[in-house]
Amino acid sequence: MKNTISERIFDFLKNYPPFNIVTNATLLEVAQNVEIQYFEKDQVIFSQNDLPHEHFYIINQGSVRLYRFVENEKQMLDICDEGDLFGLRPLIMKENYLMGASANEETILYAIPISLFHDIILNYPKVSQFLIASFATNTREPFSEKHKGKLFANVSAIQKIEHGFSEIQSANYNKNPITCSPDTTVQTACIIMTKNVINSIIVTENEIPIGIITDKDIRTKIGTGLYKITNKVVDIMTKPVVTFPQNISVAEAQIMILKHKVSHLCITKDGTNKSELVGILTQQDLILTQGNSPSLLIKEIKNAKDAETLKHIRTKASDLTKGYLEQEIPIYFVTKVISEINTAITKKAIRMSISEIGKQPPVSFSWLALGSQGRKEQLLMTDQDNALVFENVGPAEYNAVKNYFLELAEKVTEKLNIVGFDYCPANIMASNPKWCITLEEWEQQFEAWITDPIPEKILLSIIFFDFELIYGDETLYTKMAESVFKTIEKNQIFLSFLGKVTLDNPPPLGFFKQFLVEQDGENKDSFDIKSRAIRPLVDAARILSLYHNLRVNNTISRYEKLMEVEPQNRELFESCANAFKILLQFRTSQGLRNNDNGKFVDINNLNKADRLKLKSCFKPIKNVQEAIKMRFKTSQIAQI
Amino acid sequence: MISWFKYKNYPIFWNNYSKKFKQKQPKSIEDTRFVVFDTETTGLDLVNDRILSIGAIGIFNNVIDVADSFEIYLKQNEFKAETVEIHGILKEGKLTKLRESEAMENFIDFIGNSVLVAHHTAFDIEMINTALKRLELPKLKNKMIDTGILYKKLEGKKDAHFNLDVLCKEFNIPKHDRHTAAGDAFITALLFLKIISKLKQERKLHYSDLFRVSGKEGLM
Repeated sequence: MKNTISERIFDFLKNYPPFNIVTNATLLEVAQNVEIQYFEKDQVIFSQNDLPHEHFYIINQGSVRLYRFVENEKQMLDICDEGDLFGLRPLIMKENYLMGASANEETILYAIPISLFHDIILNYPKVSQFLIASFATNTREPFSEKHKGKLFANVSAIQKIEHGFSEIQSANYNKNPITCSPDTTVQTACIIMTKNVINSIIVTENEIPIGIITDKDIRTKIGTGLYKITNKVVDIMTKPVVTFPQNISVAEAQIMILKHKVSHLCITKDGTNKSELVGILTQQDLILTQGNSPSLLIKEIKNAKDAETLKHIRTKASDLTKGYLEQEIPIYFVTKVISEINTAITKKAIRMSISEIGKQPPVSFSWLALGSQGRKEQLLMTDQDNALVFENVGPAEYNAVKNYFLELAEKVTEKLNIVGFDYCPANIMASNPKWCITLEEWEQQFEAWITDPIPEKILLSIIFFDFELIYGDETLYTKMAESVFKTIEKNQIFLSFLGKVTLDNPPPLGFFKQFLVEQDGENKDSFDIKSRAIRPLVDAARILSLYHNLRVNNTISRYEKLMEVEPQNRELFESCANAFKILLQFRTSQGLRNNDNGKFVDINNLNKADRLKLKSCFKPIKNVQEAIKMRFKTSQIAQI
Repeated sequence: MISWFKYKNYPIFWNNYSKKFKQKQPKSIEDTRFVVFDTETTGLDLVNDRILSIGAIGIFNNVIDVADSFEIYLKQNEFKAETVEIHGILKEGKLTKLRESEAMENFIDFIGNSVLVAHHTAFDIEMINTALKRLELPKLKNKMIDTGILYKKLEGKKDAHFNLDVLCKEFNIPKHDRHTAAGDAFITALLFLKIISKLKQERKLHYSDLFRVSGKEGLM
């Protein structure tokens, strides 16, 4: 029967998370049971401490204020607008409303019965994931402290789903495996295998897999004369088979195959070898799924003959990144893989250049990556930032040695440019005579930065504090790092200056409609995600790591280390690391979509889920900046 | 005795409907079920034109309940190609269509003793009453509210007479599915809630105020 009204509601809901991820049939059922309520400006929807309603709300038109009274003082918590969902958590938690809600303007709400939604939460892991993420925005609010970790009554069930889900895409396996009965002769089995062009056949009894015959069994048991082709398959089959349930992910499959040293996994109904066979997954299936596997790319890099080939491989790496992000593979893993590939490309470019020059380096040297490559956070093609340090040499040889390395650096940066890493506009590259110097010169340079911190110089020097060895002599690199930390230790005031610079980029407050709500009340529609969100977190991690003498560069690793050395701030650093992961993923997918470096985000093109995601990152940034302000007494700096 | 005799001859659904009006009716806006409805017809002639579709939705305690909605299409021999442009209902379409008698029975069951609400009620009610007459049934017994008249009770709108499109604009209601019975009923329902809310802001609104044709007493 036609239902124009619920179709209209359906059309509205399907634009907004989490309704955009449920099936049409489910959503239609929701739409058919929506209640529509109208509120005048300032009319109360529910008050703090009210008993939970039977519905939660999504705003169809208008906007809603959420507020809370703390010691009789009214605190504005948020303004929700079209498509925002509110008043859900108390219904799930079965508790009274923690905050009040009233119409900020004329507002039409769609009220959705919680009874319908319970099933959706359970059946759609993505929905629960979305809810966890949006609820998490509030977890650092003091009043919700006690609810941490138990946003849902059945939180463990949800976490389990969530975990299995974020882990990686599900593996494609053959759902029509070829089988034979135990009393089939080896010869018949081999004929079936040959006919079907397969390298294995599963032996089943009442559809339960009891063994498998692979090419290897034929080779080792028949070919060697141990058994005859007239034997029954049951005599030569490998048993028991390794089994797994249907929703196997690529990662799990890889682990199983490695662990059991098998080439085939039997997929059964309940995952045990006592239940019905539903499919077979081979090592080959996995390789096909992975196509551009990182190890394959690294191998290709090693065999590359010129920069053009490297460029081609780097393009493939971009596709790999895209695929990883689509599969929601943890960003930490993705950055690691891409950094490895970038490092391999740089190494190859250095080797190629040395052989082009035709002369081995006169003294030992290290090629250093700076900035995001130094921190192993480079996912997109960004500018190259690099430097070179070579062994201290006497004045007589200095010029000749330096010229060699400058020539080398010239060739390397040129190749990297061909690959797609643009030249650094600030000329922070090893080909610049200023940044191609001896260990002694570097030590002096760092000392100058640290002991005489002028804001302009600090901005320039920050990038050098994230240096990482890419190629060459490790001792040179270690000596350089040690000297930096020693100098900082003697000049703690440097950290205050660094802290001050770090605070120059406060995060925005949040979003309202297509606007960013800025600390200073200014509205903007394009958002510099790099300087306003990612850099503050990178900077904060750096200064705290320098303070604690932590010798890690990667921002996530830095926060993880900080969680260890400052257990009292564990939660803060954890939220920073999470925010950083989200932002990096966000920037990368934006960059891949727009084919740029992802620095600017067009707010108008963000969907609701993205806005919520971004917003959830702003709070940790503000908190860690507060901590830095306190610890490094940055406010005093202004008066000096 | 005659009335008893007549009563006997009506179909069961009509008798059930009639019985509902013997009960005590609610006396407050919050306790009343309003049914906002609209019809699409082959034209504007009460005698010769026919109802093609009826859409309706219930409002209770200021809430529009989508689960309490109604949408039917009618099989009619009368058909005018020129009005298809307005309502988009084809003579032979994919929609499931009911005979007029079934349609009336379903509609009567759905509305019960609720207060009927429509924009410019007179025409829609007359179309329904004419259809009932063809089935040899009496007229509708429900109380009725015309949103066009209700609107005039708002301050400064006494002499205003507006069609649904203009009011949609004034009340900021998106005009989806305009000129489908269900779509117009839904739009009218939103309009009804908004007008009621505005009236409540302006003054103490009594249940009886809704049915007064002239707003003079309440406004002056």
